[in-house]
Parts: sequence; structure tokens; C-alpha cells
Amino acid sequence: MIRTEELLLNVGPQHPSTHGVFRIVVKLDGEVITEATPVMGYLHRGTEKIAENLNFTQIIPYTDRMDYVSAMTNNYVLVHAVETMMGLEIPLRAEFMRLIVMEMQRVASHLVWWGTYLLDIGAMSPFLYAFRDREIIIDLFNELCGARLTYNYMRVGGVKWDAPPGWMDKVRDFIPYMEKKLQEYDKLVSGNEIFLARIKGIGQYDAATAIDYGLSGANLRCTGVDWDLRKAEPYSLYDRFEFDVPLGTRGDCYDRYRIRLEEIKQSLRILKQAVEQFPQGGETMGKVPRAIRPPAGEVYVRIESPRGEIGCHIVSKGKAEPYRLKFRRPSFVNLQLLPKLLVGETMTNLITILGGVDIVVGEVDC
Amino acid sequence: MGAWLSEPLTWGNALVMFLWGVVFLGIVLGFVTYAIYFERKVIGWMQLRIGPNRVGPFGLFQTVADILKLLVKEDTIPRKADRFLFILAPALAYVPAFSVLVVLPYTQNLYFADLNVGLLYYVALSGISTLAIVIGGWASNNKYALLGGMRSAAQMISYEVPLVISVVGVILLSGSLNLRDIVEAQAGGWFWNWNFLPQIIGFVVFIIAAVSELNRTPFDLPEAESELVAGYHVEYSGFRFAFFMLSEYVYVYAIAALTTVLFLGGWHAPAPFLDFVPGILWFLLKFACIVFFLFWIRATFPRIRVDQLMGLGWKVLLPVSLLNVFLTAVYLELFIKN
Repeated sequence: MIRTEELLLNVGPQHPSTHGVFRIVVKLDGEVITEATPVMGYLHRGTEKIAENLNFTQIIPYTDRMDYVSAMTNNYVLVHAVETMMGLEIPLRAEFMRLIVMEMQRVASHLVWWGTYLLDIGAMSPFLYAFRDREIIIDLFNELCGARLTYNYMRVGGVKWDAPPGWMDKVRDFIPYMEKKLQEYDKLVSGNEIFLARIKGIGQYDAATAIDYGLSGANLRCTGVDWDLRKAEPYSLYDRFEFDVPLGTRGDCYDRYRIRLEEIKQSLRILKQAVEQFPQGGETMGKVPRAIRPPAGEVYVRIESPRGEIGCHIVSKGKAEPYRLKFRRPSFVNLQLLPKLLVGETMTNLITILGGVDIVVGEVDC
Repeated sequence: MGAWLSEPLTWGNALVMFLWGVVFLGIVLGFVTYAIYFERKVIGWMQLRIGPNRVGPFGLFQTVADILKLLVKEDTIPRKADRFLFILAPALAYVPAFSVLVVLPYTQNLYFADLNVGLLYYVALSGISTLAIVIGGWASNNKYALLGGMRSAAQMISYEVPLVISVVGVILLSGSLNLRDIVEAQAGGWFWNWNFLPQIIGFVVFIIAAVSELNRTPFDLPEAESELVAGYHVEYSGFRFAFFMLSEYVYVYAIAALTTVLFLGGWHAPAPFLDFVPGILWFLLKFACIVFFLFWIRATFPRIRVDQLMGLGWKVLLPVSLLNVFLTAVYLELFIKN
């Protein structure tokens, strides 16, 4: 009888496929995982605590750095919470600008996911194709607010900058371009036998488990639960536009992959309508008091970020700074199922499943 | 070189042979240098990048600079590594890689050894490189390296079997294990007389198994960077690492040349009226196409999973290659024997 031992393997925080400084300690029996313990906190910066000493406008740049792949939606959830508390009226033009940048951000974020996921699975080229197209969006954002990643674009009551002349036309041109590229991606990757064999039936769970663990976004919808906050609790102007919520049936990595690609398509559909309906004139900032002091009380708002349901809970004592600020970060919540999913899988599937969750460590650790 | 090789071994002849060996080593190293450059350029173009273009004209000296960097790098050996095996592994990887090249014939007259068991010699020696990878993975005393080494052992064993059996058909057709005789058996007439069409099943199995033997995408599991960081050579740096890389590219050379010899008619022209072109050019052309094909695959495919790899090797490639042997034998019995 050969004596065998379990192998304790430390994956991360410096590992090419943990998407930043996420760490997971796995026990391996051969190549099969018997136990997995995620270790997080390597990127913890205490955003929520820092925010207690800042006024609301000063908090906005901190939200950029949470989910740095999707900074626009993070901006929005904070200003949306404050506006809800103060009952502010947002000018239509500003609301349109917000919606357009948020949907573009969703496209960009899913492109990053698509590229890096395929890189995890071992295909190098799609990563560069995805980043080429994301670059266009990033350039447009750069033109709009002078930053490529951490935009600091939205303000309580509106947005900081109006669209520069010709900007909206560039967005309009981008939509058909991206639609064409999406078809190209589908042809290149979605039918690849190796790729399908790698992701079909991997990381499967059912709707009840997903709801029990509080999953959201594509991680929830892959099980067939129809829950997209843009439809379920329309915020901003989402009730004005027509779009579908793609759903999965099997709840595996393949469904998550299909859903995210389909969501890019739906975002482009929203963008197309939004660009057409974009108001000619109007203000980009509403009437906001000089000092932003939400009335004493609490508010919780939630929106659909590319990664799932991002929420912001503010407790105010009527001061310029929040008494307590709490973000519900979808990446963090979606990770909770990971240890359970990984048991019995191989080392290779660990990467497939972890990539399929779509985490951004800045958001996990906050 | 044919007749000259069988002359008695005098001091003069030994010196000349040694010099030939050095020249050949230079050619192989030159190939590796520019194969890496070519690979980076080709994949760069496929991925909307430019590829190396800074060092020298068109970046031609990029690989030279890289190797120079590896040479002057500090030589590190992990404290808990098995020193002897750790040092042995890169050399053990390279020696068989270079030794197998000796049996490859380039033209009618240009070859380095006329072995009547040439193919067998190739297969037997290339198997030793697996050992080097396992030893390297084990001696590093690193968990990732160990996993990479183990994967490599499993993979190489599973794929050497279909690789060898897929060429049995070729051996049956030409009736020899000598690579020169195999090429000669494909001589005359058009390109459809080459082995790749009559032996299409064997050819496909051979290519798949060869890519796997080379540890290249989609079968690059031993060094799957997204899972195992760098696999078996994760602890290697400097010149030892360079030796692992070098032997990998020497195998690219070897497999491309072997495929040309076995299936693509070696130095023969694709059509009778093209015979005036020197054979070496045809050889190089076919050789370059195979090398390009290997690089092309790398830019296109995702990586396969370990269990799928094993499944493909044992459940698909092996039966198919056996079937190919059977079909070839039946064909020979029914049509050729009489």
C-alpha cells in the first residue's frame, strides 16, 4: 500500500488567474480538491470607514476604486442613494448621460470578463480582441471625463461634464461596430469544441442554492431566476427602454458565459434607444443645495451592476458626512458559494469556476 | 555525405565529424532563435499586436537579447531543492532533444546518420525528455512544479503510444524504419503520392499527438500558466530555464522535420515538372509550413483539461491509430502483395 497524503496548495495572492490579490487555499487529493478556503482582504482599504469622515462628494472617487472595472455603476449607486435620501430632482439630460455611460460600462466590463475568462481557459487571442474593443469605450470615457478607469464622473444631482460636441455620434457609431464584433467573437469562440468541453456542466448549482447564498447578476440568472433590477425595480430611466433579460437553464459556467455575451447585446440595444431619445438641450446638474446634508434617517438602494446587485446603505444624522456607509458588493456575495462549488472539482476547474463568478478583488475587499 | 559516413574512423575524420556537429548545433540554435522571433511576430499579428520590433532592425535581435539576459541572470537554486537532480534536469531535457536530430535526412545526400532503425531511435530518445521534466518538477520541491511534472508524465506516456502507432502505417507502406527509405518510398509523381493522403488517419493522429508531445497549446498542461503558474519550470531561472525552453523549441524543429519526412515527401517536389528546384528548398518550405501551423494553433485554441486529454489519448487516438494500422495492413495484403 502506497502512503498518500493530501497536498495543501496555496493559490494566490500572486497567481495569474485569481484576478488580482485573491487567495484560495485548497487541499488536493491528486488533482481533486477536497477542501477550499478563500482568503480575502489583501486589497482591503477600509473604504466604508474612510467614508465616515468625508462628505458625499468626496466619497465618489472612493467608489471608483471599489469595482475598478465598472466604476460608473459604483458612482451611480452612491449618488442615487444620496439623491433618494434628499428627494432631489435630476435633469433628464443628466439622467440620460448616466444611463448611457452605465450601459457602456456594462459592455466594457463584460468584455474584460470575456477576454480574461478565455485567457484563464488558455486561449490567448480573444483577450486582446476584447481589449481592443473595450479601448474604444475607455477612450470615449476619457474624452468625457478625462479618466480611463476611475472616472469620478457623477455628482449628487447630476453629472460633472456634459457630452463634448460629437461625442454622442461616436457612441452611435460604436453600437453597430460592437454588434458586428460580437458576432465575430461568437464565431471565434462560442462554438469551439475544446472551450465547450471545458465549461459545459462545470460549476453547476440550482436556483434554490443561488437564492440561499444571495447570488446576483449572471450568477443568479444562469439558474433561470428572472431577476434583473433594471426590470424588477426600474431605477434611472430603464423603464423607458425595451430590452430582454437573458436567462440560463442549467446553472453552469456555459450559461453564465452565454448570459454575459447576451447582456452585451442587450446593453447595445438599450444604448441604441437611449442615443436616439437623448434630449437636445437641458442641464446636466440639478438644483442641489450648496452643502449636501441628507436628512437624518436611513436609506438602502440597489442597482444592477455588471457583476450583480450592488447596494448602498446610508445612515445619516443630518450631517455632511454619513454616520455609517455600507456597500453590498456583488463580487463579495457571489464568492460565498465558491468553497462549496469547488469540492470534488479538479485544479483546472477551480480556475474555470472562479473565472465564471467574475470577481473584481477591489470590490471583494472594498 | 552518404559514402563518407561509412569510411573508417581516423583522427581526421573524427575532427571533421566533430566540426559538422558544431556547425549543426549552430544551425539548430539559429533556428530556435528565429523560431521564437517568428512565433512572437506571427502570434503578435494574429492578436493585433506588432510583436518584437525594438532590438535591432525589425526586432531581429530580440531573442538574442533575451538569451543574453537569461545568461547573465543570477543562478538560483531553491534551498530545499534536490541540488543534483535540479541541475541535471535541464541538461537531461536538452541532450535527447539534440540527439534525435541526427537521424533526420534533409536531402538525398544531406544527413548525419543513416540509421536503419531511425524512427525507432527518434521515438526512444525523445521519451527521455519526459523524464527530465518529471525530474525537474520533483527536484524543485515546489507543489506547482510537482503537479506540472506529474501531468507531463501522464501526458507524454499517453500520447507517445498513439504517436508511435500512427506511424506504423507509414512503416508498413514503405517497408522500412530508415527515414531516408521512407522518403524514397514517397518519391516520384505528384504530391498525392506522399504519405499524408494515403495515410490521412495516421497523419491526423500523428499531428495531434505531436502537438501534445511538444507540450504546446492546446495541450500545454504541464506549464498551464493560468493554473500552475509555470508548471514544472516554475523554480528555474536563468540559463537552466533557457535550456528547458531551448529543448522545447528543438523539439519543434524535430517534429516539423519528422512530419515532413514521414508524411510530406521530404525533399521531393509536389509535381514532376518542379523537380528542377533543389530538394532542400522543398524540404525547408514544408518544414516552415508545419512550424507555422504549430504557431497558428497556439494563437487559436484554448487549453484542454487533464481528464479530457487522457480521454482523447486513450479512447480516441489510440483506437483510431490501431484501426489505421489494420486498414493499411488489409490494403497491403489485398492490393500490393500480389
